[in-house]
Amino acid sequence: MAMKKKSIWVFGDYRNYYQNRVTLQLIARAVDLAREISAEVCAVVVGHDLEEWIWEYTSHGANRILAIDHPSLTSYSTEHYLALMEKLARERDPDIILIGATDFGREFAPRLAKRLKTGLSADCVALDITPDGLLVQTAPSFGGNMLAEIVTEHHRPQMATVRPGTFREIPHDNTRTAVVERLPLPAHLTAPRVRLVEYERAAQKEHTIENATVMVCGGRGMGNKKNFRKLDELARLLGGDVGATRPVVFSGWAGHESLVGQAGKHIKPKILFSFGISGAIQHTAGLGEADFIVAINKNPQATMMKMADVAVVADAGDWLNHLIRELKKRIRE
Amino acid sequence: MLKIVVCMKQVPMVTELPWDEETGTLRRDLAAGMMNPACKHAMEAALQLREKYGASITAITMGPPAAEEVLREALAMGADRAVLICDAALAGSDTYATSYILARAIQKEIPGCDLVLCGAYTSDSETAQVGPQLAEELKVPSAAYAEHLEISGRTLRVRRLVDNFRETLEMECPALITVSMERYDPRYASFAGLNEAFAKTDLAVVDAKGLGITAVQLEACGSRTRVRRVFVRSAQKRNVVITGAAANAAAEFLDKYQRKISAVIGKSIETKKQAQS
Ligand SMILES: Cc1cc2nc3c(=O)[nH]c(=O)nc-3n(C[C@H](O)[C@H](O)[C@H](O)COP(=O)(O)OP(=O)(O)OC[C@H]3O[C@@H](n4cnc5c(N)ncnc54)[C@H](O)[C@@H]3O)c2cc1C
Ligand SMILES: Nc1ncnc2c1ncn2[C@@H]1O[C@H](COP(=O)(O)O)[C@@H](O)[C@H]1O
Repeated sequence: MAMKKKSIWVFGDYRNYYQNRVTLQLIARAVDLAREISAEVCAVVVGHDLEEWIWEYTSHGANRILAIDHPSLTSYSTEHYLALMEKLARERDPDIILIGATDFGREFAPRLAKRLKTGLSADCVALDITPDGLLVQTAPSFGGNMLAEIVTEHHRPQMATVRPGTFREIPHDNTRTAVVERLPLPAHLTAPRVRLVEYERAAQKEHTIENATVMVCGGRGMGNKKNFRKLDELARLLGGDVGATRPVVFSGWAGHESLVGQAGKHIKPKILFSFGISGAIQHTAGLGEADFIVAINKNPQATMMKMADVAVVADAGDWLNHLIRELKKRIRE
Repeated sequence: MLKIVVCMKQVPMVTELPWDEETGTLRRDLAAGMMNPACKHAMEAALQLREKYGASITAITMGPPAAEEVLREALAMGADRAVLICDAALAGSDTYATSYILARAIQKEIPGCDLVLCGAYTSDSETAQVGPQLAEELKVPSAAYAEHLEISGRTLRVRRLVDNFRETLEMECPALITVSMERYDPRYASFAGLNEAFAKTDLAVVDAKGLGITAVQLEACGSRTRVRRVFVRSAQKRNVVITGAAANAAAEFLDKYQRKISAVIGKSIETKKQAQS
């Protein structure tokens, strides 16, 4: 009997295509991993009017597409998608399932893993594979200052969610081909218990720090709201914007629109000041393209200090006051 | 009356835990614990539902003995009862195992509950997986990231924002909801309330055996994932370190990088002396 071909599945989260293209990014990583273990890359897509996605996933590197196209699947339904994916995975027994860590994916993947009685790691920042096919899932842990290598040794499939932006997609090439399997909607699909009463696309948010040339970010090390808001003055002097870490937003020193990182904005300033920030990966994930980083921290060992071009060992609030005073002396408008 | 369960977790207060180079483990014991911030929002949602519809609220956590503190805090916020699942055999559980245990505990300790609320995610293990997996274990309909909850009869109506879509969902109780951190800003537990909560006795402690979970079941429903290695991220830049009195250090910094900063901000901060050099 021929050995079953190994297969790496990528869930087709097409609703998010215009926001983050995470499915294409995962296909790209799956292609690299598949090469190591002679597997195929299979994109699974369920919904309605799927031709565009079948085409897109093919052109970006998938070897096989499993598509279930039906009018009853027009809007996303976690329960329907779960039932369909569970059935497909049981029938075909993939080695790996990768899912984008979109809001949908983060709700969907844990439940699918539970149904398949297997493990799942969240928000991976790297995926590697051993020659015998063990998926090494690197995920942030302990508040993001550490990375953990997670493996699912004894259960299959191996499942991971991955944040959008982690991997780079393979450029579009419409000469690529894939085996496309158009599968019928199973007859026994029960009505979902969760009913979608109404939905609308939310308005895009207004002011954004994503394009600021100078960013002044502050973290818990600013100590209190009054100190934190002094960053406004530095930002004003430098013509920049203020960003914050999550504890700062939690404490109400800054609004959610200033959150920088994985759950917030991705910034790409030419100069970044980072005051009293430890450098957890969920925060630094948003700093991908900062050119020149100045970190101020009383702890020289903080990750943010190690990432900086200039690491200032000082009390953040204190140094900020002196910097503002010095700058005011020097700036000639 | 509506029976609500709120799942909470104790997390370390700081993100920079002392790291033991030798054993390669974190000294979690050195950090003070606090209630996971997202769980506070879940508790707030429960309290508001009780104010509107009347309800009994049970806070539940699985954790070490010290996790009792978050339950006391939950009682101080207004929970009616609290359950601590505490068993050395459960330490190190991943979300697969955690959701299994929580489900058994909820079924045994709060039978017939109508609504289970979870935080959206924890600030330490941060998976956001326990809620959805618990819904699977309990076999109830569920929705994540709820921003607003309403109940009429047995029907739960949920508003939420996911992937840039505003959705309104409906489902019948019993159900499980994870609460977004964008709404339901938590109230503070008053000092008097805290004192009172620490005197309260409505806190049950159970272990796996007490929940009727056999060793065989524990094994079968145990963790699926294993952490092979934990490591600190390597630094990316060769950096210049500035120390010394803040006043001098700020001047020194500006002297050194005045060209660069001036060019970026489009204003000159170069002092005369330096400008010529
Ligand atoms: C799913 C998930 C998503 C997340 N998304 C984000 C996100 O998008 N953005 C984000 O920022 N975080 C995010 N986080 C949180 C993240 O993991 C960290 O907890 C957070 O970034 C830490 O913020 P901080 O650096 O301000 O605080 P801490 O980690 O507490 O660090 C404070 C720092 O200040 C220093 N310090 C203290 N006092 C002083 C002083 N007087 N002078 C100078 N330095 C001082 C300390 O040495 C320390 O380095 C997320 C977490 C999870 C679980
Ligand atoms: N040990 C635990 N005990 C009780 N509830 C938990 C526990 N771990 C996680 N939860 C719940 O699940 C939510 C998400 O946790 P996590 O999946 O770890 O991000 C938390 O906000 C809690 O409501």
